[in-house]
Amino acid sequence: MAAVMLTVNGKAVSVNAEPDTPLLWVVREHLKLTGTKYGCGVAACGACTVHVDGKAVRSCQIRLSQVTGRKITTIEGLSDKGDHPLQKAWIAEQVPQCGYCQSGQIMQAAELLAKTKAPTRDQIVEHMDGNICRCGTYPRIVRAIERAAKEA
Amino acid sequence: MTEHDLNLTRRGFVGGSAGLTFTFAVGGFMTAKSDDVMAAAGKTAQTIGGWVTIATDGSITIQAPAAEMGQGVMTGIPMVIAEELDADWSKVSAVFSPPDAKTFGNPKLGGIVYTVASKTTEGYWDKARIAGAQARRVLMQAAAARWNVPLSELKTEASTVVHAPSGRKMGYGEIASFATVPAEMPAITEADLKKPADYRILGQSKPRLDIASKTNGSASYGIDVQVPGMVYATLLKTPIEGAEVDTVDATAVLKIPGALQTVRMKDAVALVGTSVESVFAMRDAVKVTWKGGATAGFDSVKALDEYSARARKTDEKGLAYHPKGDADAALAKAAKVISATYQADYVYHAQMEPMNMTAVVNAAGDEAEIWTGTQGPSIVVNVAASILKTKPDKIRFHQQYLGGGYGRRAQVDLLPYVLQLAKETKKPVKLIWTREQDVKSAKMRPMTAHYMQAGLDDKGNIVAWKHKLVGEAVTGYLAPARLEAAKGLDPLTLEGAEHQYAIENKVVEYVRERRGAPLAAWRSIGAGYNKFAVEAFLDEVAAETRTDPVKLRLSLLKDDPRATKIIEECLALSNWGSKPADGRAYGFSFAYVVGTPSAAVIEISLDRKSGAIRAHKFWSTVDPGIVINPDIVISQTESNVIYGISQMLKERMTLAKGEVEQSNFSDYEVLRMSETPEIVTKIVHSTHRPTGIGEVALPLIGGAVSNALFAMTGKRLRHMPFTPERVKAALA
Repeated sequence: MAAVMLTVNGKAVSVNAEPDTPLLWVVREHLKLTGTKYGCGVAACGACTVHVDGKAVRSCQIRLSQVTGRKITTIEGLSDKGDHPLQKAWIAEQVPQCGYCQSGQIMQAAELLAKTKAPTRDQIVEHMDGNICRCGTYPRIVRAIERAAKEA
Repeated sequence: MTEHDLNLTRRGFVGGSAGLTFTFAVGGFMTAKSDDVMAAAGKTAQTIGGWVTIATDGSITIQAPAAEMGQGVMTGIPMVIAEELDADWSKVSAVFSPPDAKTFGNPKLGGIVYTVASKTTEGYWDKARIAGAQARRVLMQAAAARWNVPLSELKTEASTVVHAPSGRKMGYGEIASFATVPAEMPAITEADLKKPADYRILGQSKPRLDIASKTNGSASYGIDVQVPGMVYATLLKTPIEGAEVDTVDATAVLKIPGALQTVRMKDAVALVGTSVESVFAMRDAVKVTWKGGATAGFDSVKALDEYSARARKTDEKGLAYHPKGDADAALAKAAKVISATYQADYVYHAQMEPMNMTAVVNAAGDEAEIWTGTQGPSIVVNVAASILKTKPDKIRFHQQYLGGGYGRRAQVDLLPYVLQLAKETKKPVKLIWTREQDVKSAKMRPMTAHYMQAGLDDKGNIVAWKHKLVGEAVTGYLAPARLEAAKGLDPLTLEGAEHQYAIENKVVEYVRERRGAPLAAWRSIGAGYNKFAVEAFLDEVAAETRTDPVKLRLSLLKDDPRATKIIEECLALSNWGSKPADGRAYGFSFAYVVGTPSAAVIEISLDRKSGAIRAHKFWSTVDPGIVINPDIVISQTESNVIYGISQMLKERMTLAKGEVEQSNFSDYEVLRMSETPEIVTKIVHSTHRPTGIGEVALPLIGGAVSNALFAMTGKRLRHMPFTPERVKAALA
């Protein structure tokens, strides 16, 4: 096991883990960035969503060896002070309940807003449909994305 | 004492509402404060009466006793305290209280620290108001002494004591710098408490105190706990409830990088390693065979047919629940009897955070420190003490946020495993289940059959109602002694089978099955399937007698003004009576559970080719009494509706040969954003004491969907969930 260099939230970090380690466990347990959550391990829920080079991916499916030298962003690095337009909108719309899925929801939504400034409701639903929220905050997630699109 | 014996069931405590006892002494004064409180306060601070800590800069930290699993109690209860404290809400933050039952126990739940049964607001309502009022009184007494004026001349406004005759004011922070807290807190009478008209905080949609931390990754859940020197563990647990480990082949396991050891337990093999990825790989690699088991050979699909046949058998009487008059005699004399069999499959909580727990045990094995997000801090502490044969005060417990509870996290089934592993490894152990383990070791809502009978007189009036319920008893699985104490009438399984409709002769009869399946309370528990059967069957009666189903309900509730009002408000909200758009249909239902009346109208459409039902719009009205935080009432209703539609249209656990057949979100599907209706909720305000909201609207779903489908197709489906396959079969 050799140390692997990664860029996470703009910082170069070194990780000692097997090359086939899911990125999820690298960020959560090795790097202690626990905002990214484990939900299913099979890309069925979206709780583990992070960005790799700006693209939203399920970190449970990405191996450490696949991200060497690439730019990884987790919820902790989405903004400097938790003030990304989506994070502000999430607070304004009082979206989270248990909150467990919300990092993944926000990271998934951030990808949408980065490429589509004013998404339609259908575009929002289509983009977000892979992210489960068991508490059922879906109506508020839609409202928060619409608000963030307007206020960004 | 076993885990199950200690596992107090939810409705067991529901009894007469105790009179207000305003003069209790608050125990544990100054000892009840947790490290967390002082860390949060972070400065010179005074803890007043256990609940409230005021720092000299005026910041106020309130210890929130109930588990925060999304239902907003970490904001709601502090709002109640802050109201009576007359605090400046902008200065208030909340931390989890320690599991000190004497100070923080819920009077409606046997006085323990436990968050179940929608009893938080109702249970803490007096206690929290008194705690706030006592702290306010202490501050006023200190100010009175400092100014040398009579207490009666003082008033408060937001975090400030005011002496109007002299125009002097002093902030709570300043008072905290010199106040002496009395050994016994002042007595508070009802007259000392605010009238609702004077509320400044309650009734307002204050932003929740936990929200910001849930948007930036900083909220700490059980699974996020990191303890220096800890190792990781996971379990491969028996797929058959009650089966034991027979053989273990761990040949491949210890070659996995990071593997430390395997531990053979009675009904599981534990895999211990240096990382999550190593223990999950070890779990995949270990080969275990099992023997025996309570559910061995159990086939749930076949069993449900047996339940249904048993429900229809006339020669077996069940235990009578909420009987009135003589239903059997009235049925025998009725001009006409209508009957139908309803069914509901098992469901799984599917909470987003897989079960986990972290613990360390001292070398002597008689002290432990435990971290998890649980609905039952008191239960964790008591069960851990019992397992380690020590006293509860030797257990240090650290509450975390819950990544979904819904009843699953009222169970502490990981505790014996994590304690044993912590003892064996002599290290802190973080035990995490895979999602697959979480599904396979589900503690389900029971599978049930309901034989419904209504007797009509020659004018079509309902003169008899009999609801025979067949299924396993949740309490029988969790705490057999409590089921015995309840004379076999499981309040969890039966919840919601009783109803408010004025029918002269009515009874619920319960016939208990014993199949050994693992069960637990599940959001709204019995009311989820019982209200489905009651509300759909009542519509069947209406159809049979050519009566408008809503008018029928109103006539049966004419002596219940609160229920009548909630229905009438719902009809107005949904514009009931208007013609649905082409391809759409409406369904109505009513429920009155956990003390909160509610009513709903759903609008659905149906894809006849696939059999898929889609919910488009949902209108509901709720009356939870005095409202603490309106937006939380709205968000909890949204949550109930989505969780409820999910169980009504999609969710289904099946057991074959005693094993759960599903394994993950890929084959246990829950409702997604694209399947979510527009939800319109109206709070109908009243001045009743506050009651629950976290499980109120879910019981409305089954009846509403079923009634809407009937309105659309003339077909009556009676088996929950209404999967596309079942709908298609019914239409064929």
